[in-house]
Amino acid sequence: MNVQKDVARLVRGNRQALAGCVILGVWILLAILVPLFWPWSYSEQNAGIQNQAISLTHLFGTDKFGRDIFARVWYGAGISLLIGIASALVNGCVGVLYGASAGYAGKYVDMVMMRIADIISSIPSMLYVILITLAAGAGAGSMILGLCVAGWIDMARIVRGEIQRLKETDFAAAARMEGIPRIRILLRHLLPNAAGLILVNLIFLIPQAIFTEAFLSFLGVGLEPPAASLGTIIQEARSQMLVYPNQMVCPLVVLCVMLLALNAVGTAIEGQLRRGKNE
Amino acid sequence: MIAYTLKRLATGIVSLFVLATVTFFLVRLIPGSPFQNGGVSTQVVEAVEEEYGLKEPLLDQYLTYMGNLVQGDLGVSYQEPDTTVAEIIGRTWPVTASLGLVALLASVFLGTGLGILKAVSKKKAVREGIAAGGMLLAGIPNFAAAILLLLVFSVKLRWFPSAGLLTPAHYVLPMISLMIYPMAVISRLTGNTLASEMGKQYVLFARAKGLGKGRILFTHALKNAWIPVLNYVGPVSAFLLTGSFVVESIFTIPGLGREFVSSITNRDYTLILGLTVFMGTVVILVNLVTDLVCTWMDPRMRRAYSGK
Repeated sequence: MNVQKDVARLVRGNRQALAGCVILGVWILLAILVPLFWPWSYSEQNAGIQNQAISLTHLFGTDKFGRDIFARVWYGAGISLLIGIASALVNGCVGVLYGASAGYAGKYVDMVMMRIADIISSIPSMLYVILITLAAGAGAGSMILGLCVAGWIDMARIVRGEIQRLKETDFAAAARMEGIPRIRILLRHLLPNAAGLILVNLIFLIPQAIFTEAFLSFLGVGLEPPAASLGTIIQEARSQMLVYPNQMVCPLVVLCVMLLALNAVGTAIEGQLRRGKNE
Repeated sequence: MIAYTLKRLATGIVSLFVLATVTFFLVRLIPGSPFQNGGVSTQVVEAVEEEYGLKEPLLDQYLTYMGNLVQGDLGVSYQEPDTTVAEIIGRTWPVTASLGLVALLASVFLGTGLGILKAVSKKKAVREGIAAGGMLLAGIPNFAAAILLLLVFSVKLRWFPSAGLLTPAHYVLPMISLMIYPMAVISRLTGNTLASEMGKQYVLFARAKGLGKGRILFTHALKNAWIPVLNYVGPVSAFLLTGSFVVESIFTIPGLGREFVSSITNRDYTLILGLTVFMGTVVILVNLVTDLVCTWMDPRMRRAYSGK
C-alpha cells in the first residue's frame, strides 16, 4: 500500500512514463533556473533590440518591446505551472472530499450532492471562468478561483464511485464491525485504497488547468502585464505573427511540450493501474 | 423510463435556471459601466444607465430579466442599440453551428474509425502508432493548432484561405483545429471499450457460433462500444462551442464565438448575458438529448430505470 514505491516502480518499468518524467523535470528546471540566471530580464524593455530573430544571444529572439523571449517564455512557464498546480490541488482536495462524503454517506445525501454536481457541470465551465475573471479582475487569484468552480467535479465523481465500491468490500465491513468510527474508516481505510486513481486524476487536472489558463489569456481575459504566462506571451505575439512567427511559435511549442509530458505520465500510470486491476 | 425522462428534464430545467441566475449576477459584478468609454461625461453615463434600468435595485432588474427571458426576450445590445441580442444570435449561430456540426461529425467518424483500427489491428506498430498519435494530438491546445495550421497551410503554402467561411475550402482548417482533441479522445474511448468488449463471453460465443470477424465487430461489439462515445457528445459540444471563441477569432469567422469575445471586450452586458445563456442552453440541451438517447438505446439502462 505504499503509493510512492508503486509510482517509482511503475515509472522505472515504463518507457513512456520515464520519458514524460524526464521532459517534465527538464522543463521545470528551466522554468526555475532561467529567470534566476539568464542575463536578460523578462520585463525590461530595450528599444535597441526590437523584434530580433533567433540567435545565440537571444535563443527565441526578442519581442516588439525588445524583451528577450527566452527569458519571458520560461518566466511565463513558471507562472503557468504554478497556476496549474495550485488549481489542481484545490480542485483535487475539494473533489476528493466531496466525492468521498457523497459516496460514503449514500442514500439521499449522495443523491442531492451528485445532482448539485450534475447541475454545475452541465454548464460549460469555460463560461463561468470567463465571467469570474471579468468580475473579480484579471490576476492569478481570480484565475484560480474561476478554474476551481467546476474543475473538481470529475474528481468527485470518480472518487465517489471508487468509495462506493470499496465500502462494500470485506475489509470495510470488518472495520465497521470492530467499531472503528466512520470518519476514520473513510480516511484511513478507504481513501488510501483509492490513492492511485486520485493521483492519476490529479496529474490530469494540471494540464487541464494550464490549458484553460492559456486559453483565457489568449482571449485577453487572463493575467495583467507585467505578469506573464505562456498564454499572454502567445497573445502578445499575435498582432505580428505573420511577420515574426518565432515570437509565437516558441511559447506555443513550450506549452505543447508541457501538456504532452503531463499527459504521457498520466496515461502511462492510468494504463498501469488498469492492467494491475485486471490481473 | 418515463420517470427517468421526467427526472432528467427537471434537472435540465433547474440547470437552465441556475445558469441564467448565476450569469446575471456575475455580469452585474463586472466592474466598469458598459457606457463608460472615452470622453463621455458622468452625467451622460448616468442618464443612459437610468434609461436602461441599470439604476433600479438589482433584484428588480433580475426579475425583469428573468420575466423577459421566459418569453424568449434577451434584450437589446448596448453597443448596437438597434439590434436585439436575439437578432445577433440569429445572424451568428448558423455559422458557428455549421462549423461545429461538421467538426463533430468528422471527429466522431474519424475517432471511431481509428479506435476500431486500434482494437482489431494485428500489427503492434499500428496499435501503438494510433495510441501515441492520439496522445500527441490530445496535448495540442485548439488555439495552438489553429495558429500553426494558419501559419503553415494558408500563409506559407497558400493551400487554404485564411479568413471567412464562404466555400468548403474555408471550413478545412478551422474544422481540423476544432476536431483534433475530440477525435483523439473518441479514438481512445472506442479503442479501449472495444478491446474490453472483444474479450467478453458473448463475443467468444459469437465466434464459436462461426460468425465472421466483421459481423461480430460491427453488429455485436460496436453496439456496446458506441454508448460511451455517444455519451461523450455532450462534453464535445461544450468543447466545440468554447473552442469557437478562439478558432473564430483566429480565422476571422463571423460566428457566435467571435461575437462573444468582442462582447466581453466591449463590456456589452446584455450581449454577454444573452450569449452565455444561449450557449449554456445549447450545451444543456445536447447533454439532455444524448443522455436520454443513451438510456433508450441501452436495454440494460432501460431495464435498470424501469425497475424490472
